[in-house]
Amino acid sequence: MTIAETKSERLEGWNRPPVIAPDGEGELLEVAMGPHHPSTHGVFRMDLALDGERVIRLKPVFGYLHRNHEKIAEQASYLASMPYTDRLDYICSLTNNWAYALAVEKLAAQAVPERAQYIRVILAELTRIQNHASSIGFLIQEMGASGTPLMYAFKEREKILDLFESLTGSRMMCNYMRFGGCRVDTSAAWLDAARKVVAGLPAFVDEFEALLSSNEILMARCQGVGILKPDLAVNAGVSGPMLRGSGVNYDIRKVDRYGIYDRFKFRVPLGDHGDVYDRYMMRILEMRESIRILEQALKEIPAGPIMDPKAKIRGFRPKPGEAYGRIEAPKGELGFYLISDGGPNPYRYRVRPPSLINLTVLEDMCLGQNVADVVLIFGSVDIVLGEVDR
Amino acid sequence: MKSVEQIKAAIEAAVPGAGVEFVPNPGPAAEHSLRLAPESAVAVATFLRDDADLAFDFLSNVTGVDWPDKEIAEKVQVTHQVTKTVDGPQGKVDQQVEETVEETRKHVEPGCLEAVYHLYSIAKKHGPLVVRMKTANRTDQVELPSLTPVWRSAEFQEREIFDLYGIVFRGHPDLRRLLMWEGFKDHPMRKDYVEPDDFEYEPTAHDQVLKRAHEHKSREQGSGVRDQGTAGA
Repeated sequence: MTIAETKSERLEGWNRPPVIAPDGEGELLEVAMGPHHPSTHGVFRMDLALDGERVIRLKPVFGYLHRNHEKIAEQASYLASMPYTDRLDYICSLTNNWAYALAVEKLAAQAVPERAQYIRVILAELTRIQNHASSIGFLIQEMGASGTPLMYAFKEREKILDLFESLTGSRMMCNYMRFGGCRVDTSAAWLDAARKVVAGLPAFVDEFEALLSSNEILMARCQGVGILKPDLAVNAGVSGPMLRGSGVNYDIRKVDRYGIYDRFKFRVPLGDHGDVYDRYMMRILEMRESIRILEQALKEIPAGPIMDPKAKIRGFRPKPGEAYGRIEAPKGELGFYLISDGGPNPYRYRVRPPSLINLTVLEDMCLGQNVADVVLIFGSVDIVLGEVDR
Repeated sequence: MKSVEQIKAAIEAAVPGAGVEFVPNPGPAAEHSLRLAPESAVAVATFLRDDADLAFDFLSNVTGVDWPDKEIAEKVQVTHQVTKTVDGPQGKVDQQVEETVEETRKHVEPGCLEAVYHLYSIAKKHGPLVVRMKTANRTDQVELPSLTPVWRSAEFQEREIFDLYGIVFRGHPDLRRLLMWEGFKDHPMRKDYVEPDDFEYEPTAHDQVLKRAHEHKSREQGSGVRDQGTAGA
């Protein structure tokens, strides 16, 4: 079913959640799932109404981790928000850095040297691999496989975090990118270490897949559960692996060709059914494509400066204007919208959080499903509460 | 993709009386935008989504912007008729003289709240198109039409704007606060928002906080009403 085909059959309210009628026997049970439920990846609450095991209503409740990141950033200079972006999606601090740097570079028409672009791609793809691996680990953990797949994922994630630590000084809060380049250069030894890690990654994905992909319990629990139709996914602003799991071919790395992504050969995996299993499979396949990008980038990385000589570190005041910069973060489209009034602080600083917007369709996916599947569907969205609540 | 001016012309051809205004972006990004009139916004949005050439099916980002009232001081040359006493041949005489003085005049430019929408097309792989709407003022006329019926992705984002900026979206299916708690009164992202002075409701060992809490309590003695919400109370 393509998007164009369904358009003619649309009725009013087609993009609203369906109304599920209770079967009329017994009473509805209202459950507050969270904010301390172990499957909610942090502090997040879902107010459920259950008819037996079936979900009749689901209302997500946000804000437990809200600290008004945007207000804080509007009161600080442009550069001072860079470490704060690490704390949005704290699993993928480097892609957050890149998205913010990209938006500011667009706002100030700042060029980035070649080598820095390569370093950014390498770090972003490493981030994507460790995010996808651990998000699958968490998903399987929520299915009841306590720990084992998660530890397989963490074993590999640890190697990548070691690379981050030796380059940026921090495992998770990297604070690495700058407007017009990167903070420190990669040494030859670091690149060799990265090549070694990347060489070991295909074996890890193979092993991970041998353990999981054709596992009977995983297939029984995931296939046909939490189906998301492509036209609703597009209309609801869903992005990232979730959108592609529903079969919509949209990868910002291919569409916007930001950075130097037009130089690399990689494919965009697409799902067919839009269920939990497809979203799981998207992440596996994207890891494989990321490894391909990494192999190319680590081979081609040129020598050169890592900061644009014209980049202004002190007294950075972009000309009045506005810009919206976005990247394909591991969780979806991460965008930053900035308005400059010519001052040292952004007049308006907005984060477009993929985690929050992907949750728009949580209710649609869960209605009519069993309550045990809510945990799985929620896990397959792959969110981080630091980004949802900001 | 068509240029923003061409899109404006296409909208005006399709939706009569749309009242779309071109807003230039002076920065190097040059992402110009279109300001929609609130009355026709839903019709224009539906056209933007369903038109075969434009096909903006993906609403990526929705956000609010606060533009507070601006006091503008202008220097104006003003000419007055002044009566002056001058020494004439027959003693002192009153004379009408024109005198030019520079005066500073202040006027307040009324502020507004703005909602900004970033549209992309997945079918045609183009974008972004920036459309915006603004409210009449910042105090009592803060209604805008909701675009959630057109693009579902606006649902949480418009709730967030309602929460943090106080724009009321007419036609939104479920307009509640998103991030702040129920019963919270102000809109924290507004530029003139004042933080409550008793964030730490229980006095703590910090002298500064303790002092602020004492001041706060003595100010509200007897009223029994706290400024902000009911959290912790």
